[in-house]
Amino acid sequence: MSRITVSEERCKGCLLCTQVCPVEIIRQSERINQHGYKVAEVPAEDMEKCTGCASCATICPDVAIEVWRGKKPKKSA
Amino acid sequence: MSKANTTVAPSGEELVFTRPASLVDRPTHYCPGCHHGIAHRLVAELLDEMGVIENTIAVASIGCSVFLYNYIDADGVESPHGRAPAVATGVKRARPDKFVFTYQGDGDLASIGMAEIIHAANRGERISVVFINNTVYGMTGGQMAPTTLIGQKTTTCPAGRCLEREGAPIRMAEIIAHLGGTAFCARGSLDSVKNIRQAKKYMRQAFEVQAKGFGFGFVELLSGCPTNWRMTPVAANKRIADEMIPYFPLGVYRDVVADGTCGSMVAGGE
Ligand SMILES: Cc1ncc(C[n+]2csc(CCOP(=O)(O)OP(=O)(O)O)c2C)c(N)n1
Ligand code: SF4
Ligand code: SF4
Ligand code: SF4
Ligand SMILES: [Mg+2]
Repeated sequence: MSRITVSEERCKGCLLCTQVCPVEIIRQSERINQHGYKVAEVPAEDMEKCTGCASCATICPDVAIEVWRGKKPKKSA
Repeated sequence: MSKANTTVAPSGEELVFTRPASLVDRPTHYCPGCHHGIAHRLVAELLDEMGVIENTIAVASIGCSVFLYNYIDADGVESPHGRAPAVATGVKRARPDKFVFTYQGDGDLASIGMAEIIHAANRGERISVVFINNTVYGMTGGQMAPTTLIGQKTTTCPAGRCLEREGAPIRMAEIIAHLGGTAFCARGSLDSVKNIRQAKKYMRQAFEVQAKGFGFGFVELLSGCPTNWRMTPVAANKRIADEMIPYFPLGVYRDVVADGTCGSMVAGGE
């Protein structure tokens, strides 16, 4: 399983990441950071859909996104 | 993606994308969706990956990227108003052991500093140039630049740029490619994931021709300025794809390594 983290200090709410996610799990949250920007988030229940492709991090102008790629879960016999 | 990607969590997860070590961890002064941030990250990743960060001298320019030295953790010189290629010439000639690059906007490079960039390329200075083409003078409020598209409204051409009055938008990559000292010249774009990845490859080549002593390296990056275009960042990226790329085609315009002519460009070569 892969996942991303969004730095709420760095995010400027530009929403470019929301446009490039192949599984469309990134959205604007209702949280406003100290600079006044509404930050991006992945709802907890959607994170498992993340493929770890890093498209969101590649397009983020503020390097607010980190991407963790997990080991493929072993199929139970 | 940064090479600093070997962090593995106890869970076995691997950190595959994070801030490059040479990109200082502080908030930037750029507007939301401004592509200067992407270009800075790519520069920092390449300096890390090429292992030259400790040996780099950055020459910054005027424009929104004037504070480049606050973000890239290298030594730097500030050279406003288009003079960066002239200052970089002096830096590189005094310290040929250093990796020297300039980072310039289109107002800075294609208008104020047109003479400096042309002659540095023509002389084949062993420097690399990162050229941010966002079709306006961003820092000063969105005045017309030499790169402003026909019909594009700016504060100094409120009815839209007019071909008869102001001439055609200047295509810098095409001009630089034809100068004798240019070893690598390409135009990339920062509007999509695919184009960002390709732009980084072009930047690497523009950096490597300097590192290998072949000559002048130039990379133009089509970039968004949502604030002065009066658009959302998402709409600005669409404008790059729909309006800028058709006029400013992406690709490699000169590559002496691929041409096999690089031997003749090394001092003392054939
Ligand atoms: C001698 C002089 N001329 C002009 C200016 C105003 N000035 C400040 S930044 C700039 C150019 C900004 O445009 P660009 O190089 O395209 O950078 P951007 O902000 O778009 O990245 C100019 C002309 C100045 N400060 N001093
Ligand atoms: S890494 Fe890929 S799949 Fe995961 S959130 Fe980012 S864009 Fe979506
Ligand atoms: S691209 Fe970056 S700054 Fe923009 S909304 Fe996404 S996380 Fe925030
Ligand atoms: S004015 Fe334009 S170039 Fe300058 S920081 Fe804002 S979006 Fe970027
Ligand atoms: Mg500009």
